[in-house]
Amino acid sequence: MAKQAAIELKNITKTFGAKVIANKNVNLTAYRGEILSILGENGSGKTTLMNMIAGIYFPDEGQIFIDGQEAVIASPKDAFAYKIGMIHQHFKLVDVFTAAENIVLGIKDGPYDLKESTAKIREICDKYGFELDPEKKIYTMSVSEKQTVEIIKVLYRGADILILDEPTAVLTPQETAKLFDVLRRMRDDGKCIIIITHKLHEVLSLSDRVSVLLKGEYVGTVNTSETNESQLTEMMVGKKITLDIERTEPENVTPRIVVENISCINREGAKVLDNISFTANAGEILGIAGIAGSGQRELLESIAGLQKLSEGNIFYHNPKTECIDNLKDKTPIEIRNLGVRLSFVPEDRLGMGLVANMDITDNMMLRSYRKGKSLFLERKAPKDLAQKIIEELEVVTPGVSTPVRRLSGGNVQKILVGREIASSPTVLMAAYPVRGLDINSSYLIYNLLNEQKKRGVAVIFVGEDLDVLLELCDRIMVIGSGSITGIVDGRTATKEQVGLLMTKTSDESVGDINE
Amino acid sequence: MSKAEVAKHHREPLIHIVKRDDMVWWRAWLIRVAAIAIAILLIGVISVLLTGKDFFSIFETMFRGVFGRPGKSSSRMLWYFLQKTAVLLGLSLAVTPAFKMKFWNCGAEGQALMGGLASMICMIELGDKLPYPALILVILVSSIVAGALWGLVPAIFKAQYNTNETLFTLMMNYIATQIIKYYLYIEGGGTNKINPVKEGNLPQIFGQEYALNVIIVLVLVLAMYIYLNYSKQGYEINVVGESQNTARYIGINVKKVIIRTMIISGAVCGIMGMILVAGTDHSIDTNTVGGQGFTAIMVSWLGQFNPFIMIFMSALVVFLNTGYAKVADSCGLDSAFSDIAVGLVIFFVVGCEFFIRYSVRFRHSRKEAQV
Repeated sequence: MAKQAAIELKNITKTFGAKVIANKNVNLTAYRGEILSILGENGSGKTTLMNMIAGIYFPDEGQIFIDGQEAVIASPKDAFAYKIGMIHQHFKLVDVFTAAENIVLGIKDGPYDLKESTAKIREICDKYGFELDPEKKIYTMSVSEKQTVEIIKVLYRGADILILDEPTAVLTPQETAKLFDVLRRMRDDGKCIIIITHKLHEVLSLSDRVSVLLKGEYVGTVNTSETNESQLTEMMVGKKITLDIERTEPENVTPRIVVENISCINREGAKVLDNISFTANAGEILGIAGIAGSGQRELLESIAGLQKLSEGNIFYHNPKTECIDNLKDKTPIEIRNLGVRLSFVPEDRLGMGLVANMDITDNMMLRSYRKGKSLFLERKAPKDLAQKIIEELEVVTPGVSTPVRRLSGGNVQKILVGREIASSPTVLMAAYPVRGLDINSSYLIYNLLNEQKKRGVAVIFVGEDLDVLLELCDRIMVIGSGSITGIVDGRTATKEQVGLLMTKTSDESVGDINE
Repeated sequence: MSKAEVAKHHREPLIHIVKRDDMVWWRAWLIRVAAIAIAILLIGVISVLLTGKDFFSIFETMFRGVFGRPGKSSSRMLWYFLQKTAVLLGLSLAVTPAFKMKFWNCGAEGQALMGGLASMICMIELGDKLPYPALILVILVSSIVAGALWGLVPAIFKAQYNTNETLFTLMMNYIATQIIKYYLYIEGGGTNKINPVKEGNLPQIFGQEYALNVIIVLVLVLAMYIYLNYSKQGYEINVVGESQNTARYIGINVKKVIIRTMIISGAVCGIMGMILVAGTDHSIDTNTVGGQGFTAIMVSWLGQFNPFIMIFMSALVVFLNTGYAKVADSCGLDSAFSDIAVGLVIFFVVGCEFFIRYSVRFRHSRKEAQV
């Protein structure tokens, strides 16, 4: 059977304002009975493109053809009329309603008959292998169940072109596998499935064809069976890059931060850190792995003097004076005044590390503005520093007086990391420093961390990508619900081993702590 | 035209709202000035429809209402205008540091009243006991302290217990008003009125009653601009206002900044109270500030927290208020007319920001707009 084009995009262009070109002359075809991956880095225009098919944006130029007929999709309602359904990254469900109520919400044709609808929903579930209880309320559901509701919602409306925006970002590996099974079944049923992603291994395992976008422009489409990871990376980034992180042997390893039995109770009274002890050494990268929200943030904030400890001590070994200072119950300023040169790249870049509405110079000043006795600010040095960072880290910005909120995620992070490193720290803590960054920026950040390690800094790196943690870190500490479940050697540990420790609860781990 | 093209024209949205990049500053200001002009013309048309008078005579009445007839009383009227502008501007300056910190100080009214009360008490109680320079100094210090105290109370509660500062400062206004009422009752001897006091009036310079007031406020404009933009404390205010998390992260003591800033905000209100009592009325009543503490909130926002832009905004508001009050008076319209008219102008001023941030494109002009 000849493949039938379900949807065809011709010369689609979309701009926001005069400068931001989200999509430029994109041509794309998706066929019935196939899974097409749209691959591209953050900010390459994948989501914008799909939003135009789903009727959320309207293209500035170009045409969309559905089944060979030119279509005008000016609203999500139009999209439904063309049987297009999109599952967004952020779910749009009413929490207090049941799955079935959410699914039929907004459908006007025919009388409201929940019983009949429920039967129809069950039929869809059986057909494609979804596991869902239509009478379950949304607020009691897991993320994966909510996603299922969203998918059934568009199927219920009869969609046969499905677009999924980064569907696996919120799922565990097992849930991902289940979702892929369902998607394959839908493909075999003749539906056209488009999935947006930036994860290469998913692309390779799931899709039939891959279309790659780079900076809003269409690079090309390849058959999955005829491609490999390095070719796709090259298409995605626009040049050949090697994905290796250089890991040097740690030198002059001495204890820098010694954490002893710290516990921390949050505002709700829950124990977020439970009896944690470890040592971060100078000249070494200590990785921290764990499921998100296991106490990583609180741990780093405790060391930075932003969290009140209920128990335990944090000792800093000063390399200059050889004094040992206890950082417990000290404010960030008191810690600084002790001569502790601690840098911290927090997870929340624009809400904590930087001030979004201030320009780059003023953001540089955050760490240094207090210097000197004058009542007035001195902007010369911060401006020079800003210029230096822009040059050295290749920050893309119109100038030093641009508010950081206007910069892209990668450039924001370069500014923040650049500033934190500029104060020549002895301890550098970084929480998820590459989240949302493109491949090039990510590797730049890894290199910066490595450089600091060579300079004899104690680096603490909280990461989520286990592959990276295993490639970058000398030791990896795994935490689960606020306590340490194991510390492993980054050179010998395997992904499975770390993954297992991540899901362990604290009770089981007691024996392993001192491995 | 093919069938598809016809369909396309039918269903493509008529209006696109597109976010603009930064507009050149002069174009943005051109839009703002145009908005004000359109609003004033519109009110002119409405006035003509309501009164049946000549279009231009409305504007003449308005200008005469503010600046007087040429030659005759114009100098006195001009100074009166400058005085009113200065008071509104001073109060706007006072709330600005708090606003930049996102502390919604709605208590300028009460803070200024308390400053004024302190001046009044000094004038009555110490007027004949202290030499003039010492008296003026005592009046100045006591008004500043009184205003600062009235700002300090809500700040402490905000810093310690995270109370809602809007409600708190508003309630402090009522307390201030009641205190003034009580003071009038005991000092006024049954009349609930205080006759203008001769002692402790601010000195007249250039032979003008209000010249010193205007100069004090202009000095405040400059001082506030420098404080907010070039001082370390001003920088801290900005950081706390933008993100308390960031402030904590870099070790700013947020509580201290909140309290310090409100002391400054209250102190400037106190100075304005002194200007109103010792520099203008030489007396006090509950209406001395006359709601300008609230108008100041609007002026501060309209001026985008920039003291220099606030000069023009306060002048505009005072001009419109006085001018339209005169129009209403001479045409036999209700006094609410001036409030409605000022409201309309402000609506246009705020509304035009939409056209500065976004551009509206119609379906047919889409292709041209691309070029």
